[in-house]
Amino acid sequence: MKSLEELKRIKEQTLKEMDLRQAKERGKVIVAMGTCGIAAGAKDALMAIIEELEKADIHDVKVVQSGCMGLCDKEPTVEVAMKDQPAVIYGDVNDANARRIVREHVQGGNVVADLVIKRENI
Amino acid sequence: MKMNLEDRLKENPELKKQFDVLDAYIGELGTPEGSLINVLHRAQEIFGYLPDEVLEFVSSRLNVPRSTVYGVVTFYHFFSRVPKGRHTVTVCLGTACYVRGGNAVYEKVMRTLGIKAGETTRDGRFSLDLVRCVGACGLAPVVVIDKDTYGRSTPEKVAMLLNKYA
Amino acid sequence: MIRNQLLVCAGGACITSGEKSVKDVLVDELKKNGIEDEVQVIETGCMGACDLGPIVVVYPEGTFYQKVTAENAGLIVNEHLVKGRTVDGLLYTEPTSERKAQTSGDIPFYTRQVKRVLRNCGVIDPLSIEEYIARDGYFALGKALEMTPDDIIQVLVDSGLRGRGGAGFPTGRKWKATREAKGSPKYVVCNGDEGDPGAFMDRSVLEGDPHSIVEAMAIAGYAIGAEQGYMYVRAEYPLAIERFEYAIGKAREYGFLGRNILGAGFNFDIEIRIGAGAFVCGEETALLRSIEGKRGTPSVKPPFPAQSGLWNKPTLINNVETYANIPQIITNGAEWFRSVGTLKNPGTKVFALVGKVQNTGLVEVPMGTTLRELVFDIGGGIPGGKKFKAAQTGGPSGGVITADYLDMPIDFDSVKEIGTIMGSGGLVVLDEDNCMVDIAKFYLGFTVDESCGKCTPCREGTRQMYQMMERICDGKGRDGDIERLNKLANMIEDTSLCGLGQSAPNPVLSTIRFYEDEYRAHIYEKKCPSHVCKHLLTYSVTPDKCVGCTACARQCPVHAITGEVKKIHVIDQSKCTKCGSCYEICRFSAIRKE
Repeated sequence: MKSLEELKRIKEQTLKEMDLRQAKERGKVIVAMGTCGIAAGAKDALMAIIEELEKADIHDVKVVQSGCMGLCDKEPTVEVAMKDQPAVIYGDVNDANARRIVREHVQGGNVVADLVIKRENI
Repeated sequence: MKMNLEDRLKENPELKKQFDVLDAYIGELGTPEGSLINVLHRAQEIFGYLPDEVLEFVSSRLNVPRSTVYGVVTFYHFFSRVPKGRHTVTVCLGTACYVRGGNAVYEKVMRTLGIKAGETTRDGRFSLDLVRCVGACGLAPVVVIDKDTYGRSTPEKVAMLLNKYA
Repeated sequence: MIRNQLLVCAGGACITSGEKSVKDVLVDELKKNGIEDEVQVIETGCMGACDLGPIVVVYPEGTFYQKVTAENAGLIVNEHLVKGRTVDGLLYTEPTSERKAQTSGDIPFYTRQVKRVLRNCGVIDPLSIEEYIARDGYFALGKALEMTPDDIIQVLVDSGLRGRGGAGFPTGRKWKATREAKGSPKYVVCNGDEGDPGAFMDRSVLEGDPHSIVEAMAIAGYAIGAEQGYMYVRAEYPLAIERFEYAIGKAREYGFLGRNILGAGFNFDIEIRIGAGAFVCGEETALLRSIEGKRGTPSVKPPFPAQSGLWNKPTLINNVETYANIPQIITNGAEWFRSVGTLKNPGTKVFALVGKVQNTGLVEVPMGTTLRELVFDIGGGIPGGKKFKAAQTGGPSGGVITADYLDMPIDFDSVKEIGTIMGSGGLVVLDEDNCMVDIAKFYLGFTVDESCGKCTPCREGTRQMYQMMERICDGKGRDGDIERLNKLANMIEDTSLCGLGQSAPNPVLSTIRFYEDEYRAHIYEKKCPSHVCKHLLTYSVTPDKCVGCTACARQCPVHAITGEVKKIHVIDQSKCTKCGSCYEICRFSAIRKE
């Protein structure tokens, strides 16, 4: 360690690894992990979302899990709740769809209309 | 007649090994200045206690008068001049433990083992010590047996615990 | 790809409550479910809420699970992490509202605290220097090395930081004196002896955030012109020693210790010295002798360590909590530090909240917080519906704060006015069941044991006082004892050599001041109002409650209890040794203690 520059690099790098522990204000993505959700592939969706957020360098959105949302035939289901926007629930979220949701909705700000099964307050 | 240390080490390879470990530790010290207490800690770890021959060895090896070594050993509670039992029961009587009934725990252990603090049971199974705070005050009263710390202890619980240590 | 992190509190209390087996179960269950690559388990330093341990926090949700056991830890994996369902049974229930707290942010114990000294404890992995750096660690050292030593000391002076070890001496002034002292080499020493029984904040910082102390000592070295530091830790804290040693190694590896630190041409290194169980070594001159490998006997001040300390060279000595404040003051400035606390006592203070209080643990609050906030708002009050009696501060050197002063803001100066001291922050809560004479005797017994024997007032005086206290508690108190105690106490205070002796009479003086009636009850009525002092108690059988189960008679070690099966038993007072075994064993509350 010979300079502050180097110190800053370690800080940036480690902050990414500690990212899960930071407060995230911009919103959250909730993956339903009930029995039917898991059977339908919710775990793949969860991991795809985390990977895609990382790829896009998004660190202010929390990915959390919940129990069954009660929409068994549409599983896996994922809810995207961005701050100051109505929450949107997506169905049939497979790996590819999960990545689309991150890119188009979380990153791009546009609801992925063809996957929506429910919207809040419309 | 007491044999000198060198002869005894020849006869007792086990003991020689222990002295070799201590010797190596002292050899590795960067700054021997002021390291007497650290060396005694290491010695007690190796031998279990600090008998005369160890004090003599430390004295000559560190070039510190024997009187000084003896003075230091007897000043600090942590050092023991007598062998310890197979298990050491340490009852904490720091304030938090005291106000939450540590004394009753201590009395129970004394009654159960039939020894006081600083003593060892005749079968060499337990030594009993008192300590002023181990810093787990949130779970007072606390008892430490060997390296295991037990919180929220009661006289009954501790009496049962002792059975676990053969 | 990591989706969740489990933070497991590995502070002393949680380890005592079985943290290791909880962690093992978590790791096992993760493997069984095949998600060990997705979920990371990290052991942290103390999270503070010792009474709730073992604690496991699940991120990113921040879900706070408490009192986790090896038996139910599996639920966190199988329910929360596999099925996304919060394990309600392991959440903390707020006792008044009976609401379940999801995160630590919903628990009053946490929300009322201001974490500065403890900011990293329970948040980072203490074994990871990278995580410390991510929390701005070692940036203060970097900044300091670009400042002049005088500027650094000026920032400290402006901050108004006072030594957290007990007396509250201004830290900046100490640094200045050591910098200006003639003599070379100079030394930096950290007092991690934390002898005050009932206090464990220093232990928690060393275990949970060791790098903050390494960094602070390096800054101190640069500021006063020293190249060698010594960390003195007590032998009773093996984990603190282990973690600090590891931190030193990592700091060397990364070049924060060693030669030419951060390319600034500054050299500094730290060595650990382990105490060996002598309370007096918390006194700075005694501690310095101990570092030199000698008997830890104190010496007369002046000369102060700043002029003549370790090996008679100028030495800066501060305690752990004081150092823990330094990096943040350098980073954020003096104004920031003064933004909490009171005018003459800026910053925060860590208290070890222990004894008869609901939520035991470590709490950090702004200076000037009242005892009521500490004991009732944060501590959750007294367990079992008992009445608050007093809080003891300052350990064997301190005294009591009574219920009359619950609303007094606590700082170094205010507690002094009512005859106690802040000490290192041990706050032992006492309830109506605690006898103040007994507590004072307890502390005095402590000092008698720990007196190093060098000066007569402390060695002989405290022993005389102790014998008097013992007599009083044994029911042999005599008229004039209170006056004799006062007289002897004043003499010991005035004539002892070091802080240990000078403050040894404090617990007695303070309790006489506020609880003279209890002393009088012991001496003149031969009664212990709180039913603690054994020899002043009488055990008897309440006839209408005794069912004649014979349990007490069998338990009595001196066969003082007689009675037949299903008949009322009787205790022979002439044989009774007042050991209390009958009282403990009786399931019908038929034994009366008075």
